[in-house]
Amino acid sequence: MTSETTPSQQGESYLDRIRAMRRVRNARERLVEGILFLAAFFAVAVTVAIVAILLYEGAVFFRHVSLVEFLTGTQWTPLFENAHYGMLPLLTGTVVTSVIAFVVAAPLGFLIAVFLSEFAPPRVAQVLKPFLELLAGIPTIVYGYFALLFVTPLLQKIIPDLAGFNMLSAGLVIGLMIVPYVASVSEDAMRAVPMALREGSYAMGATRFQTALRVVLPASFSGVMAAFVLGISRAVGETMVVAIAAGQQPNFTFDPREPAATITAYIVQVAMGDLPHGSIGYQSIFAVGLVLVVITLFFNLLGQMLRKRFREVY
Amino acid sequence: MTDQTPHAVVTEPLKAEARNFNFYYGNHHALKNINLPVAERRVTALIGPSGCGKSTLLRSFNRMHDLYPGNRYGGEIRLYPDDVNLVSAEVDPIEIRMRISMVFQKPNPFPKSIFDNVAYGLMVRGERRRSVLEEKVEEALRGAALWDEVKDRLDDLAFNLSGGQQQRLCIARALAADPELILFDEPTSALDPIATASIEELVTEIRDKVTILIVTHNMQQAARISDYTAFMYLGELVEFGRTDELFVRPRKKQTEDYITGRFG
Repeated sequence: MTSETTPSQQGESYLDRIRAMRRVRNARERLVEGILFLAAFFAVAVTVAIVAILLYEGAVFFRHVSLVEFLTGTQWTPLFENAHYGMLPLLTGTVVTSVIAFVVAAPLGFLIAVFLSEFAPPRVAQVLKPFLELLAGIPTIVYGYFALLFVTPLLQKIIPDLAGFNMLSAGLVIGLMIVPYVASVSEDAMRAVPMALREGSYAMGATRFQTALRVVLPASFSGVMAAFVLGISRAVGETMVVAIAAGQQPNFTFDPREPAATITAYIVQVAMGDLPHGSIGYQSIFAVGLVLVVITLFFNLLGQMLRKRFREVY
Repeated sequence: MTDQTPHAVVTEPLKAEARNFNFYYGNHHALKNINLPVAERRVTALIGPSGCGKSTLLRSFNRMHDLYPGNRYGGEIRLYPDDVNLVSAEVDPIEIRMRISMVFQKPNPFPKSIFDNVAYGLMVRGERRRSVLEEKVEEALRGAALWDEVKDRLDDLAFNLSGGQQQRLCIARALAADPELILFDEPTSALDPIATASIEELVTEIRDKVTILIVTHNMQQAARISDYTAFMYLGELVEFGRTDELFVRPRKKQTEDYITGRFG
C-alpha cells in the first residue's frame, strides 16, 4: 500500500529545497566556525610566536654566556668593557618592588573587596566602583611620575637617606596601581558565594563582620588567593613605574631605599638603544625577557588554577 | 455559625503569635493582617500554593527580610514569655536570631568542618571553651540523628556529606544554639524520599524540646508531622486549625479545594 502513493513532483522538489537549504546552512555554519577558529588561533599563534622568538634569540645569547653565570651571577654590567651577565641584580630589583607592591595591594584590595561585597549599601558601591575603575585606567607613565615626583619627596621627609631613585616608592605606587585589580577579582569571588550561605550565617545570629570573616571568606578563599597571585603577576611585569622611579642601575641589593633596575626596566633601557643591535648585550634582553615570561606564566597559571577551584565548589 | 478565630483554636500556652501582621516588599503588600498563634512545643505548619506568602511570613519571624533593602514590617509578631514584638524597629534582629534558629530549603552547610558547622552558633556568641563546644556539638549531632554517622570524621568538610546528611547537619547547627523556636523553610524539598522521612522523624522527635514552625508545600507532610496548620492564599491567612481537624473538615471552600488537590 506504499508503492502507489510515491511522492509527487511537488513532494520531490520540496525535499530538494530542504536539501539545498541544508547545504547553504552547512556552508554558512562552516564559514562562521572557520572565522571563529581563526580568531582563537590568532591569540595562540601570537603567544607561540613570541615565546619562539624569545627562545631563538635567547639561544644566541646563551652561546656566549653560560646559563649558570646568567642565573647565579651577581653582576649585570653589559655596558662595561669587561661585561658580566649575572641576572640576580635584575631579579632582586623585580622581587623587591613586587613584594612591596604586594604588601600594599593585597590587604588594601582585599579590604575594599570585603567592603564592596559585604558592607557597602548599593548606592555607595555604585559611587565607589567607577573610582576604582578610574584608578585602573590611569596610564602607567602617570603613575611613574607620581612615584618619582610626589611619593619619593614625601618619603624622603620620613626617610632622609632615601635615594632620589628608589625601589620603595616604585613598589608602593605599583601596589596602588594594582589595588583595583586585586579588589575587583576578589570581589567577584566573594559575590559568587551563594546568598543562601550568608543567610545561613545571619540566621545563626552572626553579625555582618562575622559572616564576612567566617563564612564568605572561607567560601571564596581560593578566588581571593587567585586575585593575589594575579596581582603579583602584574607587579612583576610592570615596567613604566620602575623604569622612571627606581632608577635603571642594576643593583644587587634587597634594600628598598636603594635604586635598582628590574628585568622590565632593563629591557626598556636596552630597547631604547643604549646597546648596538646584534651585540651580546642586546641579545641579553631576550634572555631576561624569557625569565620574565616564565615568572608571569607561572603566576598566571597558578592564579587560573585557584580561580577554577573556587568556581567548582558551588 | 461564627468563624472560629485562630487564637480561639489554641488553648495551650503560646511561644509566639502574629497579630495583625503585615509585610511589604517595597510597595507590594505581601502579607495582609496575619493572625497566627504558635503553640509552645508544638509543630505549626504553614501550607498554601507557591507565592501565597508562607515563606515570607516564616522569614519575618527571624527578621531575614532586614538583610535586603526596601522591606517593611507592620503590626506585631510577639515572642513569649517576655512578650517582645520581634518585628519592632527597636528590637535588634541579631538578638532575635540568637533565640530563633532556621533551617533552609536547600541544605546550606558552611565551607567548614562538620564540627565547626555545628559549633558556629556558639562561636558567634563568643563561646571559646573547647570542652563546652565539644559537649554541645555532640549533643546537637545526637539530637539531629547524625552523631553515629559522623563521630569519626568531625574534621571532614561538611560538603562531603550527602544531601540528607547535610540537612541534618543544618538541623544540628540550629539545635546547638539552644533555640526557643526553630523555623523550617520547606526543609525536605531538595531531598529524596528516604532523607525526607528521616527529617520528618527528626522533627517529630525534637518537638518535645522546642517549638517548630514549618513551611511545606507537601500537604501529606503537614498532616503527618504538625499539630496545627495554617492555610495561606494570596498573602492572607485563610484558615487555621488543629491539623487533625483542618484536613478532615476544612471550614473554608478555598482550603478544601487546596487540600483535595483542586488547585495549587
